[in-house]
Amino acid sequence: MTTKDVNQGNAPAYKPVSMTPKEYKQFAKKREPSRSVGMNCVRAFLIGGAICLIGEGVQQFFMTAFHMSEREASNPTVATMILISVILTCLGVYDKIAQWAGAGTAVPVTGFANSMASAAIEHRSEGLVLGVGANMFKLAGSVIVFGTVAAFFVSIIHWLIEVWR
Amino acid sequence: MLLHGRRTWIFETPPVILATGTVVGPDEGAGPLAADFDLVHPDMEIQQPSWEKAERALLEQASDIAVSTAKLSKDKINFYVGGDLINQIISSTFAARTLGAPYLGVFGACSTSMESLALASLIVSSGAGEYALAGTSSHNCTAEKQFRYPTEYGSQKPPTAQYTVTGAGAAVIGKTGQGPKITSATLGKIVDLGIKDPFNMGAAMAPAAVDTIQGHLEETGRQPGYYDLIVTGDLAGVGHPIADEMLRRNGVPIEQTRFLDCGLMIYDVAKQKVQAGGSGCACSAAVTYGHLLKRIAKGELKRILVVATGALLSPLSYQQGETIPCIAHAVSIEA
Repeated sequence: MTTKDVNQGNAPAYKPVSMTPKEYKQFAKKREPSRSVGMNCVRAFLIGGAICLIGEGVQQFFMTAFHMSEREASNPTVATMILISVILTCLGVYDKIAQWAGAGTAVPVTGFANSMASAAIEHRSEGLVLGVGANMFKLAGSVIVFGTVAAFFVSIIHWLIEVWR
Repeated sequence: MLLHGRRTWIFETPPVILATGTVVGPDEGAGPLAADFDLVHPDMEIQQPSWEKAERALLEQASDIAVSTAKLSKDKINFYVGGDLINQIISSTFAARTLGAPYLGVFGACSTSMESLALASLIVSSGAGEYALAGTSSHNCTAEKQFRYPTEYGSQKPPTAQYTVTGAGAAVIGKTGQGPKITSATLGKIVDLGIKDPFNMGAAMAPAAVDTIQGHLEETGRQPGYYDLIVTGDLAGVGHPIADEMLRRNGVPIEQTRFLDCGLMIYDVAKQKVQAGGSGCACSAAVTYGHLLKRIAKGELKRILVVATGALLSPLSYQQGETIPCIAHAVSIEA
């Protein structure tokens, strides 16, 4: 045993950890690495814009190759973008792009597809019903709920404006 | 006397770490400590159909390596003390099923490595068992799945976030034999200074590490310089400097020793995309049982204090707006 070691003298008394949660939160906040909000905005703009540009290209392709109107081309365009997003999710690429791009990959239709596909893949091990079926909307569910709620209130406002006019 | 102060055990017959087993995944294999691990897997799946089974396989392999390196048969292990991060600590339980040893499941989140080592040491030192196995595991994908988002979900992690280590570490503790000795352990109490952000666990856990380190030094009467190295479990790039600063502010002469963090050692934080650094039960387990014990064996280190830190939150508790209760357990290992 090393209890008689020279380094062991009388028990030192240190100041106890005595910060209040409020003080500590400020203390810790000051020592956090800063999030580069400006850079994140630029990246989100670039990647989000690039995704939309690809979507526009796909739409133009359907319009010229299949002689669709802009309205007719929108459904196959969205389906194509979803497909691309799901493939990139399955290949394990989408999350890596998202770490760089931030909100750029979250906002467009591809982000929604990624949230569903990733949850479906993740919970496949729990079976098709209790795993995939029950968890697919784990993240996308709140988008649908609050999207619907928002649409409800917007349509009420729209209706009120119509009545007032 | 075993108990010193309120929460420190000094083992009068120090138990011996007879052998260890460490198994890690590809990211840890790409890190600076790769050569110190017994087994490095090239992928995260470990030839298993689910992440949970993969984590279990890691722990089973680490236990197997530890037991066989100690030249023991599995039925010689009196008690297996283990835990992990997954709900109801299933990785440890299923690994214990394979091992067939009497099992004590413990949960201390990422502090489980030293919690299990301290308990295994107590069992052996007190004569309650001849051989005990302490083991723990974590897997990046099981942790992501349970605590955060699906692994393939595209969300941006803030720079304060940490990357859960994929791996497992196990140690066979015996009453006598060749190997480094476990001389003391100081058990932590819950310290919660109000951090709520689960993407900033380093800052949440730092005060717990400070509390346990100070408690250990006070109750053993040791100075930091007694140790060649004091290493925290997984405070990483945000939490470790905070702990360092808090120790200095409280008058602890931490500059007497080297003060490092396993979460900053296991990865090349500047090059690998791990945000602030590593975390998870396997972080401190793999670094201690793999890297640090090898350095003790080589004679580069003589006395170390491993302070494994744990953030004891659950997905439910943080969704309900609770703060993160944290803990740290310290174990001293001497050549």
